[in-house]
Amino acid sequence: MAAPTVESTGSETTRTQTITIAKGLNMAMRAAMERDPRVMVMGEDIGRLGGVFRVTDGLQKDFGEHRVLDTPLAESGIVGTAIGLAMRGYRPVCEIQFDGFIFPGFDQIVSQLSKMHYRSQGRVKVPVVIRVPFGGGIGAVEHHSESPESLFAHVAGLKVVSCSNPVDAYWMLQQAIDSDDPVLFFEPKRRYWEKAELDPTTPPLSLGSSAVMRPGTTATLATYGPMVKTCLDAANAAEEDGHELEVVDLRSLSPLDLEPVADSVRRTGRLVVVSESPAESSITSEVATRIQQECFYSLEAPVLRVNGFDTPYPPSRLEEGYLPDLDRVLDAVDRSLTY
Amino acid sequence: MSPEHWTRPSRADAHGHADTAPAATSATPTREQVIAGLRATSEGGADLVQLLTPEGQRVTHPDFDIDVSAEQLRGMYRDMVLIRRADREGNALQRQGQLGIWVPLLGQEAAQIGAGRALRPQDMAFPSYREHGVAWCRGVDPTELLGIFRGTDHGSWDPHETGLGLYTIVIGNQCLNATGYAMGQKFDGKVGNSDGDASENEATMVFFGDGATSQGDVHEGMVWASVYDAPVVFFCQNNQWAISEPTERQSRVPLYERARGYGFPGIRVDGNDVLASMAVSQWALDEARHGNGPLLIEAFTYRMDAHTTSDDATRYRMDDELQAWKLKDPVERLRVHLLREELADQDFLDEVEREADELATRFRQFCFDMPEPPPERIFSAVYAEESPVVAAQRDDYLQYLSGFADAGHDTEGSVR
Ligand SMILES: Cc1ncc(C[n+]2csc(CCOP(=O)(O)OP(=O)(O)O)c2C)c(N)n1
Ligand SMILES: [Mg+2]
Repeated sequence: MAAPTVESTGSETTRTQTITIAKGLNMAMRAAMERDPRVMVMGEDIGRLGGVFRVTDGLQKDFGEHRVLDTPLAESGIVGTAIGLAMRGYRPVCEIQFDGFIFPGFDQIVSQLSKMHYRSQGRVKVPVVIRVPFGGGIGAVEHHSESPESLFAHVAGLKVVSCSNPVDAYWMLQQAIDSDDPVLFFEPKRRYWEKAELDPTTPPLSLGSSAVMRPGTTATLATYGPMVKTCLDAANAAEEDGHELEVVDLRSLSPLDLEPVADSVRRTGRLVVVSESPAESSITSEVATRIQQECFYSLEAPVLRVNGFDTPYPPSRLEEGYLPDLDRVLDAVDRSLTY
Repeated sequence: MSPEHWTRPSRADAHGHADTAPAATSATPTREQVIAGLRATSEGGADLVQLLTPEGQRVTHPDFDIDVSAEQLRGMYRDMVLIRRADREGNALQRQGQLGIWVPLLGQEAAQIGAGRALRPQDMAFPSYREHGVAWCRGVDPTELLGIFRGTDHGSWDPHETGLGLYTIVIGNQCLNATGYAMGQKFDGKVGNSDGDASENEATMVFFGDGATSQGDVHEGMVWASVYDAPVVFFCQNNQWAISEPTERQSRVPLYERARGYGFPGIRVDGNDVLASMAVSQWALDEARHGNGPLLIEAFTYRMDAHTTSDDATRYRMDDELQAWKLKDPVERLRVHLLREELADQDFLDEVEREADELATRFRQFCFDMPEPPPERIFSAVYAEESPVVAAQRDDYLQYLSGFADAGHDTEGSVR
């Protein structure tokens, strides 16, 4: 079955409007379901309640209980049955309520979802999207603020992406649903209510590409998800000191699209990679390794990283210290510049 | 729901009906939807073990009767009133911005106090996150719960000292942990002793919700427990809701009936009847201690408040349902019983009220006075043996913070 192409449909999706990330995601699922009757949405509390973040608000009302499933409370069940539904020709979009609750589904993701295509020599496609609100900064209790994306980027056979703004939320989720590969879709939950203008007639970037969000010459910041805003804020602040920081949003975490980062580093000579997740064996390790391989002679300083610490996520009164913020990013930029 | 109904091919009708129901706005279900969804006012069926009617009348039960003194009854009344007050204060403190979130126990006091008071000091209890009443019975002061919800810690009490595991947020995880603990109790020879050693027997009780019963961990816990005859009592509080999903989303059969499939007894008890909850819990724990575990108790109760302070229950359930359950209020039920049977007088009730006020004041003040955790805490206790990686990150970070202090900024947090 050929994947339908992403096009604008309906009046809501052709006019320019101001939307939040949450709204962009909602519109994306709505558009995908309107376009393709095989697209369905499933998860805990996503139907009548509209999800704990209201990202699926109104979908069950408009598309019915057969296409928008309030599932029993089991993540292994959600992912495992989504795989079966996909084998049967459906395109399930699963919601995991919070990052820290994906682990009961880890087995199905790693053992079946990622390997089905390979095992079947390409005969069986599993176009499942798993949406995961991720990251901290919302003052929540344990397991509600984690950044587990690197665990999934480590697994061959999965696409791992993260949107950082409403426009990407709208396009990337539709592209993820259209993808014949399984996609782990990480949503920066603390940015759900950030706003931007969406002009649906502007064609989107491809799902697998990174994007320069702000051009600069002094140093490069490579980041994704919730830290994109932090890095853009840092770049604004650095302007006062006469520094022009280039900010690259990685968008696709697996596969990584590092050409724009390498291009940038060849011009700036300095790279700081930023992520909320612990540093050890993470996306930032991967970016740092590959950039120093690619750009060794262009680098004026070692690639530096700003991450969450290599500890469990702390109680929320300590999260301000745990999470990379503008000051920690600029501190790393300073260390790079004075190396 | 009758067994015929489970197999009758009525699903198409049901859907036909749902489809014809007028659409609701996202905020309020329609009347039709309410009627279709007014499921949680069920009485619990003929198998429900009850010793106190909702009107506070003492009734007998052929299998689960129990002798309790007036003093014990008054004690459990006091337990319920005090923990309910702490719970209400928790809600209020969240509304005032003192807590990030609060998880209300309102309505589940009898289920928890009955079970909690059936536990002995040497027993172990594994809670989920709503078990403030169980914590109370284990001697964990309500103020000790505040850190989790204020965000200063992930759990402050010592599970070994208190016999209460830490609150577990990932649904179902603790069922396997409890089963393993119970296997250890058995391997240590603390099960099935008779005569003089019987007082040393131990059991484990694990608490989880109706929603949790869908998780693999709960299923696996029951399989393990039955294979190893573990002295564990699975205590499921069926409060009718898993956030916005009614219990029907999790099971076709009443939850207590699932036990049969694992090969052990399952009992449904009126979770709003503290006496019945204690009687059934005592019996089940004794069975477990004697080597006849595992067992499942389904406490049929109701979550009278929202799921948490972050939840808006009006989006998915109707006030009628709450009103119906208010008539079965667990605290009121025992109060009426005490008065009707002249087991307590007004002075006693007033005294408990005064104690509740005192607890509320102490609880609130404790919350206001809680120190900020020091930044070092981020890095402490990650491993039993200090990790050089974490230690280096801690030192770097503290040095980084001291740079701000030098520059005239405050470092965040005060050192305890
Ligand atoms: C593995 C996992 N998935 C999802 C959640 C989010 N969540 C928190 S409570 C809850 C509902 C639990 O319902 P139930 O087991 O009935 O317990 P109750 O809250 O009613 O006491 C959900 C889905 C979670 N904590 N853990
Ligand atoms: Mg429940």
